[in-house]
Amino acid sequence: MFYRAHVLIEMTSNSIHLGASQVKERLEREIAQAGLSNEVKVLETGPLGRGVPSPFLMIYPDNIMYAPVTVSEVREIVSEHLLKGRPVERLIVSETAPALKEGYFRPSPLAKEKRVVLRNSGLIDPGSIEDYIAQDGYQALGKVLSMSRQEAINIVKDSGLVGRGGAGFPTGLKLEFTMKAPGEEKYVVCNADEGEQGTFKDRLILEGDPHSIVEAMAICGYAVGAGEGYIYIRAEYPESIRAVEKAIESATDTGLLGDGILGADFSFQVKIRQGAGAYICGEETSLLESIEGKRGEPRIKPPYPPQAGLWGKPTAINNVETLANIPPIILNGADWYKSIGTPTCPGTKVFTLTGNVNMLGLIEVPMGITLRELLYDVGGGIRGGRQMKVVQTGGPSGGTMTPDMLDVPMAFDTLAQFNSALGSGALTVVDDTHCIVDVVKNFCEFFLHESCGKCTPCRIGNKRIVEILDRMQRGRGRPGDLDLLRILGENMKTTSFCGLGQAAPNPLMKCLDYFQEEFEKHVTEHLCDCQVCEMKPKRKEVGV
Amino acid sequence: MEAVKGENLVFSEVDEILEKYQNERTPLLAVLQDVSRKWGYLPRDVMGYVAKKLDVPSAQVWGAATFYSFFETEPVGQYMVRVCKSAPCHVLGAVNVLGTLQRELGIQVGDTSRDGKFTLQATSCLGVCGVAPAMMVNDITYGNLTEERIREVLALYE
Amino acid sequence: MAKVAAEVNRKDEQENVATLYLDGREIQVPASSSVLEACKSAGIHIPTLCHMDGLTPYGGCRICVVEIEGQPTLAAACVTPVREGMKIQTSSKKVREARKANLELLLSNHPLDCQLCDRNQFCELQDLAYELGVRKIRFEGEQQHHEVDISSPSVKRDLDRCILCGRCIRTCSEIQSVFAIDFANRGFESYISPSLGLPLGESVCINCGQCIHACPTGALSEVEHVEKVWDALNDPEKTVVLQTAPAIRVSIGEPFGMPQGTISTGKMVAALRRLGFDYIFDTNFSADLTIIEEGTEFITRLTQGGVLPLITSCSPGWIKFMEHFYPELMENVSTCKSPQQMLGAVVKTYFAQKIGVEAKDIVMASIMPCTAKKYECQRDEMRASGYQDVDYTLTTREAARMLREKGINLAEMPEEDFDEPLGLSTGAAAVFGATGGVMEAALRTVYEKVTGETLPKLDFMDVRGMDGVKEAIVDVKGTPVRVAVAHGLGNARTLLDTVRAGEVTYHFIEIMACPGGCIGGGGQPIPTNLDIRMKRIEAIYNVDKSFPVRKSHENPAIQKLYEDFLGEPNGEKAHHLLHTHYSCREKM
Ligand SMILES: Cc1cc2nc3c(=O)[nH]c(=O)nc-3n(C[C@H](O)[C@H](O)[C@H](O)COP(=O)(O)O)c2cc1C
Ligand code: SF4
Ligand code: SF4
Ligand code: SF4
Ligand code: FES
Ligand code: FES
Repeated sequence: MFYRAHVLIEMTSNSIHLGASQVKERLEREIAQAGLSNEVKVLETGPLGRGVPSPFLMIYPDNIMYAPVTVSEVREIVSEHLLKGRPVERLIVSETAPALKEGYFRPSPLAKEKRVVLRNSGLIDPGSIEDYIAQDGYQALGKVLSMSRQEAINIVKDSGLVGRGGAGFPTGLKLEFTMKAPGEEKYVVCNADEGEQGTFKDRLILEGDPHSIVEAMAICGYAVGAGEGYIYIRAEYPESIRAVEKAIESATDTGLLGDGILGADFSFQVKIRQGAGAYICGEETSLLESIEGKRGEPRIKPPYPPQAGLWGKPTAINNVETLANIPPIILNGADWYKSIGTPTCPGTKVFTLTGNVNMLGLIEVPMGITLRELLYDVGGGIRGGRQMKVVQTGGPSGGTMTPDMLDVPMAFDTLAQFNSALGSGALTVVDDTHCIVDVVKNFCEFFLHESCGKCTPCRIGNKRIVEILDRMQRGRGRPGDLDLLRILGENMKTTSFCGLGQAAPNPLMKCLDYFQEEFEKHVTEHLCDCQVCEMKPKRKEVGV
Repeated sequence: MEAVKGENLVFSEVDEILEKYQNERTPLLAVLQDVSRKWGYLPRDVMGYVAKKLDVPSAQVWGAATFYSFFETEPVGQYMVRVCKSAPCHVLGAVNVLGTLQRELGIQVGDTSRDGKFTLQATSCLGVCGVAPAMMVNDITYGNLTEERIREVLALYE
Repeated sequence: MAKVAAEVNRKDEQENVATLYLDGREIQVPASSSVLEACKSAGIHIPTLCHMDGLTPYGGCRICVVEIEGQPTLAAACVTPVREGMKIQTSSKKVREARKANLELLLSNHPLDCQLCDRNQFCELQDLAYELGVRKIRFEGEQQHHEVDISSPSVKRDLDRCILCGRCIRTCSEIQSVFAIDFANRGFESYISPSLGLPLGESVCINCGQCIHACPTGALSEVEHVEKVWDALNDPEKTVVLQTAPAIRVSIGEPFGMPQGTISTGKMVAALRRLGFDYIFDTNFSADLTIIEEGTEFITRLTQGGVLPLITSCSPGWIKFMEHFYPELMENVSTCKSPQQMLGAVVKTYFAQKIGVEAKDIVMASIMPCTAKKYECQRDEMRASGYQDVDYTLTTREAARMLREKGINLAEMPEEDFDEPLGLSTGAAAVFGATGGVMEAALRTVYEKVTGETLPKLDFMDVRGMDGVKEAIVDVKGTPVRVAVAHGLGNARTLLDTVRAGEVTYHFIEIMACPGGCIGGGGQPIPTNLDIRMKRIEAIYNVDKSFPVRKSHENPAIQKLYEDFLGEPNGEKAHHLLHTHYSCREKM
């Protein structure tokens, strides 16, 4: 049947609680009442990100978006726009996102936006494998099945794709190591634990385009010689779990998973495993321990997962965003991919904007964009016209960027040169109303809560750091506290067992240097200029 | 057995869960997740039973059960309210969210309300920082929390 | 086992070597070494805490860190494999500071009251603080606190002193395959927890005490009976009888500075007598008695078609292990009580009669190398005399503590003899203390009883030594008797699984819960490690050699006991006093 128009409605965990179900129900009722049932089709779609208020309606082929939509507005949209063809200007995109308003009229609105991994998110019905296939889905899988493993891996290698989970390891090499590791039984694992605070890109991909991950896992499975893939999704993402479950089901029904896929001598299935609330399980070996039913403590490396991973077998572990890049790379070739981004760090990156920025949300842009562009062009600047104090990239384990770094190109290699890190691409913006001691303590508390406890420097070091910051906040800082913090941080960085402990003091160390005065003021004068810290004893003294 | 039902009945329900995963390798966490969904927490006897059935030492079952913050080993409220306290929520007022919840529910973080309805916990990033500050009630996430919206959400569960 | 060792050797020969630069010195090591092993072979000392030879490396304490050129972080020597050309600094400023910082962090979460700890002076944490020159603990703050767990009859857990090195967990799982304990919670709140978070006394713990040897601090120790024994000694109404196990005489000198592997039987008796015990008997006497009873049981099963293999029963840790994990082998396990319990029963009946004291007025104490004996003596089945047959069990360490309190230096004691008549024993009883010993002693007797001939050679070398599982075929006048010996319950599990699967058939199996047998028991002096175990074993065989009589059935005191009191081996009275039964336990 041919439909004159498609209305996509956002159905995600968040939008449902902002009334998406009711909106959808009303929408279908109104369309039926208007006699448009045969002309207009309502489809569910995943989140779009980019600070779009939920729930949104996207109307094709007009490319017009209404957001956020309430039940009471549905009738007007149906009668005016769908029936009479007159978009309801007043409702197009919310007032809170004026900078983006124009963007929602046209595809690829922002000059810099480049959608590779989010190519389908928000545009297709994530529950429909037909929709995905209509967007060239599963063609890449078909293509690799006619190649040798090495040929398939070579494309990924040549593309220069590096892991998007934070470590930035070349993906093609990882696949090759796994492929070449001795042994019959091998595994592919997708890391969808996404515990880095401020990050929700993987969720959007899983909920908006789950088939892209299923397809990519199958491609990797073929390339390394694995028959089984596991996708480890954090328990906080029930919607993602449902979306992927459904995708696996329909791919299996369609013969795109299972035995003898597309007539080739290749069998592959995907299983879901859920996390249970532990950030450390994003670390690849902890994740494997967790799948094996154990405490998520990191393993001794070497051996690395490509040598000995899940149940001791060679395993390729990749992040969701990394995987989402693979089908387009296979289809369009390595050169196409290398044409995006910077020469040394090709491709796009999904950034999530969080904290004190006008527009929360996410955007996919080529590598090399500057922080300034992200903050001011995309994010619409700091809330309330305040100044930026710090931006934490890639969550607290990533890098800390200070205002002097606004023009550094954002890519794995360039940021590393500045002693910072891209990490997962999360940007947490902190404005100048926030006390640095308070912000740093918040980061440190996160690690205290999430440390697995295996090694001394992280287990006890985090505790001592938080205790010292806490007493500074209460006006009980002692002379020498800043030195102690530096000693503890340095020790944690150099002697911790795994990446969590090694990265944990990053924000602390960076801020101790950059905001030394503010820290000192807390200790020596018991003063918090931002008036965030309580500084109890000082007040008492004043009162006396 | 802390659960109200008769012991055999409970174990037959556990058997059902175990059966679901009988072809899985190392399904311990998946089984515990289902148990936790069913009873809201992991009753000790059920853990012992699961340990025996899966042939996993019960010390290791306990080790895993206490490692993950989504598992409870003591009974909790009907609704588990988890407030995100990570930085993106923190800088947008997570402290106020916690304060409001403590006031509205009349309990401190870590406690269960007297009627057994709500347990309040602080947690790490829920991955919905785009609508910070945020919280989760059981399986469902709520964002853009203001005092008013918190009251609205709580009303859904009253 | 021998095969495995041979394979390992062959692999070593083929293996490549790697060249390293340790503190600027060029050395060559097998390419599969860890940095720690490499340093050791070069004579460079690296301090460690969570590492323990014989356990899988862990890498948690971060004390053993070294600096590797080109690496931004420090590496833990115990878990870092060597690489060709590696340049390693083992005592640079960075390394020394990091070690100190991590130790100070551990100390900041540890009570600083060494004076009150029973591991004072035998504590690796204490030693390390001294060794690294820690004079001040820069970090302070909240400490984790847990109630002391004294629910177990054998092992006391004071988790405030725990540094989470995990050595106990790895010992319990890798060496003993009991899996009674694991880490629980996470981060700063991590702690060591028994099964399902229950107290240790309600878990599958089999009371072997091997975790005590593994523990570098005072977090794990025995449940003490010292006060109770002092009270008995100070009670004029009580006749206090003591027995000392075969393995004590080769280890009790160690806490008094005597070299490891010194035989100090005479000095030990003299020292203990000065504590005020009324009678000091030898568990070796009842070891001979055990051989008569168990040997008879074996011969009966062998010749009359009983359940085989017969499995020994003198190790109470093994018995509890069997009850939890191998209840289907219950029929195979000898019904004989352990020598400790046999002597207790005999003392409170035969000997009580003999000296005209009522059993209720006798306090039977023992010194054992074992923590599980504390649990064994409290089992309900162990009341053949109508009273608890053995009242208190001291470990070797506790005995040394009592002597120290009384100011007795064992090393300076004269040589004295055990009391008559339950102090007389043979060389066969002596070897009970080492793995393979019960088997060897039994074979000496069984052979002669079955064949009626004198055994040409008393030493059964095949069942001696530290191989985990040992096998031998003994030709008993044309009948090949197949025997196996396992020590350490991990090895026992390996052996029993092959038996259960019907892969091999044996006639007789000896199982000891502790590595090396009783000389490596959980109650022995600290430290107890492979090297020390081997020295004690050597001493045990020297004790054997020093006896004119080396077969249990030739012990005249035993012969007299049967004549005067017990009647026939395995007879009714013997059965009542010297045999027991077992029960099935939850596997959990
Ligand atoms: C403490 C810690 C947390 C991590 N969390 C995540 C995570 O949530 N998601 C992820 O993809 N990678 C995470 N990683 C990185 C993984 O260990 C691993 O490098 C990644 O899954 C590899 O995939 P990639 O090569 O596609 O990035 C984490 C690493 C550490 C040390
Ligand atoms: S650094 Fe150590 S304690 Fe922290 S998470 Fe890693 S292994 Fe665990
Ligand atoms: S006493 Fe033995 S069984 Fe018990 S916890 Fe220690 S090592 Fe494990
Ligand atoms: S109890 Fe002792 S051996 Fe076990 S983890 Fe603690 S310190 Fe280590
Ligand atoms: S920081 Fe609160 S949801 Fe991510
Ligand atoms: S001894 Fe190497 S980390 Fe503990």
